[in-house]
Amino acid sequence: MEHTVSAYDDDLKAIARMVTEIGGLAERAVGDSVAALTRLDLALAQRVVAGDKELDRLQHEIEEKAILVIARRQPMANDLREIVGAMRIANDIERIGDLAKNIAKRVVAINGVFPNKQLITGVEHMCEIALQQLKRVLDAFASQDDQAAGAVRQRDDEIDALYTSLFRELLTYMMEDPRNLTFCIHLLFCAKNIERIGDHATNIAESVHYVVTGRSYEEERPKADASITSTISGS
Amino acid sequence: MSAVQATTAFDTVRTPDPANRPIKIHTASVKVTYGQKEALHGVSIDIPEKAVTAFIGPSGCGKSTFLRCINRMNDTIAGARVEGTIKLDDQDIYDPDLDVVELRARVGMVFQKPNPFPKSIFDNVAYGPRIHGLARSKADLEEIVVTSLQKASLFNEVKDRLSEPGTGLSGGQQQRLCIARAIAVSPEVILMDEPCSALDPIATAKVEELIDELRANFTIVIVTHSMQQAARVSQRTAFFHLGHLIEEGPTDHVFTNPLEQRTQDYITGRFG
Repeated sequence: MEHTVSAYDDDLKAIARMVTEIGGLAERAVGDSVAALTRLDLALAQRVVAGDKELDRLQHEIEEKAILVIARRQPMANDLREIVGAMRIANDIERIGDLAKNIAKRVVAINGVFPNKQLITGVEHMCEIALQQLKRVLDAFASQDDQAAGAVRQRDDEIDALYTSLFRELLTYMMEDPRNLTFCIHLLFCAKNIERIGDHATNIAESVHYVVTGRSYEEERPKADASITSTISGS
Repeated sequence: MSAVQATTAFDTVRTPDPANRPIKIHTASVKVTYGQKEALHGVSIDIPEKAVTAFIGPSGCGKSTFLRCINRMNDTIAGARVEGTIKLDDQDIYDPDLDVVELRARVGMVFQKPNPFPKSIFDNVAYGPRIHGLARSKADLEEIVVTSLQKASLFNEVKDRLSEPGTGLSGGQQQRLCIARAIAVSPEVILMDEPCSALDPIATAKVEELIDELRANFTIVIVTHSMQQAARVSQRTAFFHLGHLIEEGPTDHVFTNPLEQRTQDYITGRFG
């Protein structure tokens, strides 16, 4: 049902539209940063770094617009949750942008040294899943689909598991030859960044759940990142 | 929060009081008819003690009608008939043997427009205690007036002009004078029918601050058109629509996550 004051509906739609827009930008930044990594494409990496400014700007704009709507309309119930949700989600997306930027910067640092194609494939695969997660959770927000958001939250452990296995692989590789260290450490950070992008997608899923139902998840989210407890002998 | 039950025939959605306060007013299946027209179709709600309960809803939803049942103000309207049960501390207030004057001393009321008597500030507050014989001496009466004005956060503003007419005060001061007058007879319940709708934001804030202080000692029921006010001052909120009680629950819950679609549509400004 529409609001009695139609300008209020316009405000809410504008916020939702901006969230979709910033989400799209973040998806592209993540995809491009990993593409730049696999192809060692410096120009693309630099475009990702430069593009992060736009994400920051949009996040600010969403926040300002949301604060203005709160001040002007004193939203209640689902309207209030939607606005608070949009602010939170924009925050997570802005962080995702930062992580993509960080990956892009490492492409510049890795420059030239490229000893193992297979390790990159692992990162690429993680990235594919993270991007799917991001896309699905943004769609879930746009369509206020709590079930879709729940599915995203459940799937995060897949990224965690991939990260753990990649972590172990990189450890082995580094032990084999210390000259691999620089490359492997950069790659490890890239993988970690993607793993955290997955976490942000999960945060967004939790925000969607709150927006739609007014409740928070009671049970813990599934976790499969075992790299914290991994040791060299155990790997 | 999770235990939600629909208990009446009208399927009022209820969320129990998490603080589990004792019940001060118990009502069941209250119907009110004005002549041929039924204005309230059977309302059941328990009002907790020493808390603020807000009644919200669009104009004509029955919230004021229901409020006026609680101290039998509807008795004064020709053709009005009240059915059902209303109990104050287990005492049926529609018991024919009950003294209505005594009831209204226990259940005070503050109205939309401040309505001080055309008397001095002092006499406005002293009136109730005098007719109910609550003061044994002049000094006694003075003490009641001063403490009532203090409780109504008005004393400091009027202490030097207690003999001046109450009607000479500002609107916000007049409303607090009416609250002082209501509490001078030591009621247990104070009913407020849109007490701030004629006041500016500062005067409104003072009355809201006062309501918050008063709930330590009184059970308060407030009817308000301002959703923000209901959200600010009350602990429980009841939403009325077309003579039905649609939903009642903890205020925090009702305004962030109402269970009924009609409640949500109303508080978010989608009808009314």
